[in-house]
Amino acid sequence: MTMREYMLGNVAIARGLLEGGVQVIAGYPGTPSSEIIDTLAARKDRDYYVEWSVNEKVAMEVAVGAAWTGVRSVVTMKHVGLNVAADPFMTLAYAGTKGGLIVIAADDPSCHSSQNEQDTRRYAQFALVPCFDPATPQEAKDMLPYAFEFSEKFEVPVIFRPTTRISHGKSDIELGEIPVEKPAPSFEKLLDRWVMLPKNARPRHTHLLSIQQSIEDALAESPWNSLELKSDAKFGVIGAGIASVYAKEALVELGLEVSYLKIGTYPVPRKLILELLETVDTVLVFEELEPIVEEQVKMIAQEAGIEVSVLGKTNGFVPREGELNVSAFLETLKKTFDLETESETSGTSLELAPRPPALCAGCSHRATFYSMKKVFGKDAIYPSDIGCYTLGIQSGTVETTLCMGSSISVASGLYHAGEKRPICCSIGDSTFFHSGMNSLLNAIVNKANITVTILDNRITAMTGHQPNPGVGYTATGEPTVQVSLEKLCKAMGAEFVSVVDPYKLEETQEAFKAAKEFEGVSVVISRQPCVISGKRAGIRRAPYVVDPEKCEGCKQCVKFGCPAIEFNENNECAVITALCSGCGVCAQICKFDAIQEVKR
Amino acid sequence: MSPAEQNKLDLLITGVGGQGAILASDIIGKAAVTAGLPIRAAETHGMAQRGGSVVNHIRVGNDYGSMIPKKGADLLLALEPMEAVRYLDFLKDGGIVIMNTQPIIPVTVTSGLTKYPEVSDILDFLSEKYIVKAFNADDLAYEAGNRLAMNVVMVGAVSGYLPIPKETLLESVKALVPQKTIEVNLRAFEAGRQKVEES
Repeated sequence: MTMREYMLGNVAIARGLLEGGVQVIAGYPGTPSSEIIDTLAARKDRDYYVEWSVNEKVAMEVAVGAAWTGVRSVVTMKHVGLNVAADPFMTLAYAGTKGGLIVIAADDPSCHSSQNEQDTRRYAQFALVPCFDPATPQEAKDMLPYAFEFSEKFEVPVIFRPTTRISHGKSDIELGEIPVEKPAPSFEKLLDRWVMLPKNARPRHTHLLSIQQSIEDALAESPWNSLELKSDAKFGVIGAGIASVYAKEALVELGLEVSYLKIGTYPVPRKLILELLETVDTVLVFEELEPIVEEQVKMIAQEAGIEVSVLGKTNGFVPREGELNVSAFLETLKKTFDLETESETSGTSLELAPRPPALCAGCSHRATFYSMKKVFGKDAIYPSDIGCYTLGIQSGTVETTLCMGSSISVASGLYHAGEKRPICCSIGDSTFFHSGMNSLLNAIVNKANITVTILDNRITAMTGHQPNPGVGYTATGEPTVQVSLEKLCKAMGAEFVSVVDPYKLEETQEAFKAAKEFEGVSVVISRQPCVISGKRAGIRRAPYVVDPEKCEGCKQCVKFGCPAIEFNENNECAVITALCSGCGVCAQICKFDAIQEVKR
Repeated sequence: MSPAEQNKLDLLITGVGGQGAILASDIIGKAAVTAGLPIRAAETHGMAQRGGSVVNHIRVGNDYGSMIPKKGADLLLALEPMEAVRYLDFLKDGGIVIMNTQPIIPVTVTSGLTKYPEVSDILDFLSEKYIVKAFNADDLAYEAGNRLAMNVVMVGAVSGYLPIPKETLLESVKALVPQKTIEVNLRAFEAGRQKVEES
């Protein structure tokens, strides 16, 4: 009997890796990829090594080392993580691998939780590395053991590219067997493969180019590509990855008799595309993000001298940005066949209040930002970084967000450009370890005059509470060295390092004042555990209440923006709700002493 | 309806991050697998959605993607009134809305930037085009023993419409809620189910 289980896509991916006999997994958290390692790290019966690395480049290099011993390894990240890891990745394509090596880079069409929408399949083309593009969570799981074998057969790393709706979609999943026997690691000293000096790199580039055709041919035969030709159909649809199921659903719903090619691998299956092109006069390509298949189809048609009209992203039939769905496919069909579009809005006259995500009630970042703003004022410039604290944009203290670790270097650039206003940047603890350290070192050595605030909430909170080098335990919960941020900053040459408790407003503001006065790079480490992980670790604080007798209705506490504070318009009085986590910051803000701790 | 059609239901769960929308959809998803039905779901993840608007798509008896097409949902389960309206484009005309009437006021309102619509206006608007079952699920959860069981009250409320036996759903509740809250959650489920049966 087969086992079926209801699973998150990322849990299914983790399962697929186990069924593929993975032995080493490394990665850096990033939505939508994080739960793959979380799932593998949480398993009790582990016979593999798993780690959260400090960044994606490091993680990739760990996976490479493992694969060069002949075992199967994986590196996980989100799409933008591959930019960080691009340096080892591009050369790894030349050197190749021994054990199967899968690079999982989860794409996020529509930027649900990302700073851009880049398409990882472009990296596959760029590096000449095959890419697997799953259509469903089930396929994602089933593809992984295949991808390992494929990687080993051609001795190249492979990319596996799920998108948000695969990673964070859920589905019933049919499980397979997890192998018991795994190869023993043995590093073979193949210097012409592992040492990429020019003499070795040149022939490896030639080799990589020479295997492209065999890779394409092998992938075309794989179960991830399939062609359904309908006799007499002059219209063909090509769907890639998850977009292929959206297209399929719409076609079945409409009962349309068209030829249909589903693509799940790159390089694209030229043979199947040609077969389709020879039977139709119009082909519509439906794929998320970049028009990669579409470009290939046009090239293949041109090379073969086939007259066919190719519709897709480049000619406006399919939107190039954002994520696709069944409705988008129907819209595209209407455009293609010039049909009337009916209005699909619910036509509400109700004004809905926006509900943006907000820093949690009692989040220490809000308190830090409050003090920062008090001291540095409206005139200062506030570069920031990637993490929960980016939501501090509502506090007026997040004015730039480019990529992981960039806040300190952007602040330095502002200063060196000659900006005279005070500059106070912010970065989280995990992001600082990821790549902020390099930027701090650079700022100190090159004598920037800026204040760096490290928002140290003792965890990587935004992606789901993964450990970082500051917390003292590994991915699997084993105790390890707890790296001191203050010692690290001092070792890099920072002469002003101050550690504060952001819940204590006066103390924090004094530190910011001194930091602002300091000539050079000043570092303020604002330390208080994340309220969610703190609560899980057993931190309990008494909640606060507003004394209506004392409340003057000035709304200073409400303007602080804590979700636990509301305003009762009837009696013109602030109210603290059950969300209160007892940080006590609002009590310090209140000028009338109207907010007090609940006595137990 | 063919037998296959009878096992198909597209359900949208809307609410606010932190209300337990994911657990509610997990209960239904796990029960669907036990009942032998294919199931697809898509949900809003990430700590950044805490306090933000969230939406889950659940497709019982479905073999395709997890996203419900516009005007494709048979049923909308709203854990919060304003969030019932926000995703209405997904509900088909004449579809069913099961709504918790307890508002959660967003920071944009408490800080005076905008207003929260009257719940009675929301109900009037919804009733024009849809079948509406509305009640205060927070109160029912409180009576059952814990306000946090509101999401399970709502699962109980929708249970009669799902192509999944009630017993299977209850087993799924038991398997997914914290061990010491099972009794409270079973009462919460019954309270929600009864509320909709009565109306």
